[in-house]
Amino acid sequence: MITLLAIDWLFILEKLILIVSIISISLVIAMYETYAERKVAAVMQDRRGPNRAGPFGILQPLADGLKLFMKEEIIPNTSNRFLFVLGPCMAMLTAMMTSAVIPWGGKIHFTLFGADRWVSLQIADINIGILYIFGVVSMGVYGIMIGGWASNNKFSLMAAMRGASQVISYELPMGLSLIALLMLTGSLKMSSIVGGQIDSWYNVLYQPLGFFIFLVCAFAECNRTPFDLPEAENELNFGYHQEYSSMKLGFYLFAEYINMFISSAVMVSLFWGGYDIPFIKDANLAEQIGYNWLAALQGLSMFIKIAIFIFAFMWVRWTIPRFRYDQLMNLGWKTLIPLSLFNMIITALVVLLREYGWRF
Amino acid sequence: MNVSDILFYFLSALAIGSAILVVISRSPIYSVLWLIVTFFAISGHYIMMNAQFLGIVNLIVYAGAIMVLFLFVIMLINLNTDAKPQKGKWLRLAGTVAGGCLLLVLVAALKNTEVKGMGVQVGTGDIGLINQLGKALFTEYVVPFEISSILFLSAMVGAVVIGKK
Repeated sequence: MITLLAIDWLFILEKLILIVSIISISLVIAMYETYAERKVAAVMQDRRGPNRAGPFGILQPLADGLKLFMKEEIIPNTSNRFLFVLGPCMAMLTAMMTSAVIPWGGKIHFTLFGADRWVSLQIADINIGILYIFGVVSMGVYGIMIGGWASNNKFSLMAAMRGASQVISYELPMGLSLIALLMLTGSLKMSSIVGGQIDSWYNVLYQPLGFFIFLVCAFAECNRTPFDLPEAENELNFGYHQEYSSMKLGFYLFAEYINMFISSAVMVSLFWGGYDIPFIKDANLAEQIGYNWLAALQGLSMFIKIAIFIFAFMWVRWTIPRFRYDQLMNLGWKTLIPLSLFNMIITALVVLLREYGWRF
Repeated sequence: MNVSDILFYFLSALAIGSAILVVISRSPIYSVLWLIVTFFAISGHYIMMNAQFLGIVNLIVYAGAIMVLFLFVIMLINLNTDAKPQKGKWLRLAGTVAGGCLLLVLVAALKNTEVKGMGVQVGTGDIGLINQLGKALFTEYVVPFEISSILFLSAMVGAVVIGKK
């Protein structure tokens, strides 16, 4: 048992603090996304939006959460109890797990017990970073499918099928557009993808088409309008969470907002330089204000970029009407996949030409 | 008994236990879900052996895509009825004998191997990393690799042809 105790406990403590803080930040951001969504909708429709609970209605998300907690919890009689509870858990779990490989800022430096410690603001810098995100996202389908099936309701089941086939279909162009990006970066590590963009051009300048495809797929993966067919409440009943009530429904809805936040973070990291502060050489700034302040500023810059993306999600939601299901499938399979294949081939050609000239 | 040993035995127990549950579950939905747990355990083994790429691809392809298709089929044709087709006495006996023979062969084959009694060799080899695997696939094994991709393409074309009928 000696070796078991030889773990770097400080390291585990650091990671634990990081995990807890990132999860609480995502929860708070998801909470205020619901508020922001209603405010943005209100601005776009020339209304006021929620303004009763607290100044400017900023306590509205708390009130909503309280309402969901207090509601009666109904589990349908014939449904499979265990799977019925597992569905929302899976949705929430997969939404949370993705944040593990995203770099949120540079390194923090401090001295503890006379020893220098550098802590990078990333939970796990694994060398398959972006594939890990893909793996977790593909697990997200199970939350939808298990929940829809365990409800024992044919409308839930059909909606779960709709949702799952949409998510699977749009994973393909997403992966293909990512392959083109990986040809440029030459690494799957999130930290080196972001590091390559710091103090240099952002990847979006090399991969505008790839970014556009990725953006569209991210909308579809998060089940956001124009692709929110799994829960088209006014045309197609309600969706896979039709039988859910109380906080279980809240988990499904909340997971969508966390997904929105995380997918914005992924897009920022992959295409928009991650935590890099634009127009400023980060290394020079570090000499002037120190590494800890730089990390804070970088985190702030990351969150501003993410906020812009989240606003874009809402902007699109209140601007573009929903697609029909066959249009959605046609867009995915007949437009986005050929486009991303084209993008991939062009990128491969350019990379080869740059490396070997015309004699490859 | 260090951390990697504990992890190894935990993952092995998880893999074997959930694989047994795949076989003995009454509802096919539970079988599929246990199979997903098995894939997770196997991916854990891959990651312990420094094959992160293989591990995550195992999850993306098998647990993320193929098992979803299984679930689709099972949910849509509604196999949830617990009524299992009763198998005859002789069929059960034959199954037991066949399974026992397989067990015997496996035990005989693995009895004298040198890995017997060894835990996982953590972090040895790098063939499961994406660089090494890519190089091996596209230089040494390029012909089998391309042939298998043609096989997949033909399966896809076949599915489209059948679907068009």
